[in-house]
Amino acid sequence: MTRNRRRVYFSRAWLAVMYLLTVVALIPLALVLSFTVLNGLPSVIHPQFFFNAELPPCEPRCPPISEAGVVHAIAGTGIMVGIASLIAIPIGILGGIYMAEYTVARWSNWVRLACDVMVGTPSIAIGLFIYAFLVVPFHHFSAFSGAVALAVLMLPIVARTTEGAVALIPNGLRESGLALGLPRWRVSLQLILPAAAPGVITGALLAVARAAGETAPLLFTAFGAHVLQLDPNGPMQALPMTVYQYALLPYRSLQNQAWGAALVLIVLVLGINLVSRWVLRRQIALAGQL
Amino acid sequence: MAVGVDARPIPAAGRPRDGFRTLVGAVGSAVPALLILIVLTLLLQAMPAIRHFGLGFLTGTEWNAVTENFGALPAIFGTVFTAFLALALALPVGIAVAVVLAEPSHPRIRGLVGTGIELLAAIPSVVYGIWALYVLAPWSYDHIEVPIAHSLGFIGWFGSPAVRGLFNASLVLAVMILPTLTAISRDVIKAVPRGLKENAVALGATWWETTWRVILPSARAGIFGATILALGRALGETIAVTMVIGNQYVIPHTIFQPAYTLASVIANEFTEATGTLHPAALVELGLVLILVTLTVNVLALLLVRSSSREARLTA
Repeated sequence: MTRNRRRVYFSRAWLAVMYLLTVVALIPLALVLSFTVLNGLPSVIHPQFFFNAELPPCEPRCPPISEAGVVHAIAGTGIMVGIASLIAIPIGILGGIYMAEYTVARWSNWVRLACDVMVGTPSIAIGLFIYAFLVVPFHHFSAFSGAVALAVLMLPIVARTTEGAVALIPNGLRESGLALGLPRWRVSLQLILPAAAPGVITGALLAVARAAGETAPLLFTAFGAHVLQLDPNGPMQALPMTVYQYALLPYRSLQNQAWGAALVLIVLVLGINLVSRWVLRRQIALAGQL
Repeated sequence: MAVGVDARPIPAAGRPRDGFRTLVGAVGSAVPALLILIVLTLLLQAMPAIRHFGLGFLTGTEWNAVTENFGALPAIFGTVFTAFLALALALPVGIAVAVVLAEPSHPRIRGLVGTGIELLAAIPSVVYGIWALYVLAPWSYDHIEVPIAHSLGFIGWFGSPAVRGLFNASLVLAVMILPTLTAISRDVIKAVPRGLKENAVALGATWWETTWRVILPSARAGIFGATILALGRALGETIAVTMVIGNQYVIPHTIFQPAYTLASVIANEFTEATGTLHPAALVELGLVLILVTLTVNVLALLLVRSSSREARLTA
């Protein structure tokens, strides 16, 4: 009897330990969010933060925080992620359809493995690759090459989530389309893809969020700029690069800028993530109805 | 009534032409093609360094752009050491969270924890970097490194604490790989057939006995796969590590000292590298990094897949 009671207490103790470790796992999330908000807010509350671009280094003295801004980085992130999306999302969706609709094809297994491997490929290596491919031949850094590097990063994410969403669609829909005499491409693109749209959108959004937060592939491609640059042929700044570059500088005002940029970035990325989770929940509910 | 229903697939030669399949197949092939192209490009770009240093590149300990003498050992050491230390720190927590998330009870708590872990995965690495640089590393110096150095400093490895170094880089890496570890372990644990768990409970096993002796052992291969996948992420992480590792091209004598990783060297030096040998040596570091992570990832994925397939078959 006492032995059994000991077993029960032992079990409860371990359950408590597991929950405790779960709390430990969530502490960093709370800390990262709160410190970013605390340190970033003083920079972000000045409206100039979203209208000015600032010129480091601060010679002879840094301008006051209230005049500094990161509009060049925000614009750069928007432009580069936009171009990357235009490249990666269509290719990724078609690749995802291939993996989900042609599971019988041996090759689709290899494509799937390649996608999973590519998601784990160090982004800095992708930066080196694009540098050799798009920067060296044109002899200058460009936002366009940065966008292509981001597209390479996004591609496997879009493809895999599209595959997941398309595979959720019951076979009945496919068979009814084929029974009506529709060719495969019309079944896939006009029946299956619209039904899987929320899941596909989720994948695209997650990929956008990932690309918006990446620094490493941009270092040798977009390179960065200290003024507002809108030409994709020239170097361009991005939000994560601003955080990276300014955080390591010994000037207090630039460090504050970095925190402000980090806050903008985190709001952007977590916002996209929460929206995409909401869209995904609708997809699962929708697929349940089909 | 055995009417010969021919269920065999139509042989390839007689299959109706499907242009759409060819098209999406070709587009999908872009991913494996890109992967191969990346490796080949890096190989080609690294050629001058590979020719010049041969295998000695991997064991050389000097990194001098002036004398053009490059060896990768300190960077390889830093990369491997931080990744394994991060894994050791994250593993117990990651598995605990996975066990909690795979429990069918308390759906509200599970939902909240799951969302939290996913958000942890979504935070950009540069944000972890700035947080680690200004918050985590100074805190860890005061409250972890100095006390450990005080009490265990007589063991050479635990001496001379530093704000930026191997240990603090591992600490931030541990936080960053936790979501990978948790998400995949949770899926693997969930894939353990329910019958197994029910049998254990029916035999009178407590919650802990069921988890520790039945569920975790049958999910072992998959959890191992998740661990290796997380290791791959840790090896390739660049920005956050670069910001806190201290960037010293040495093999440190203690776990707190500044060091360097493959990815950090590339991030710091590539735009400033001139001549042929220096950029080529940096690309070769990238090549080493990508070959290691590719191998690690393929291994891990095969492990995870085979373990969840096994679970489905026995279910």
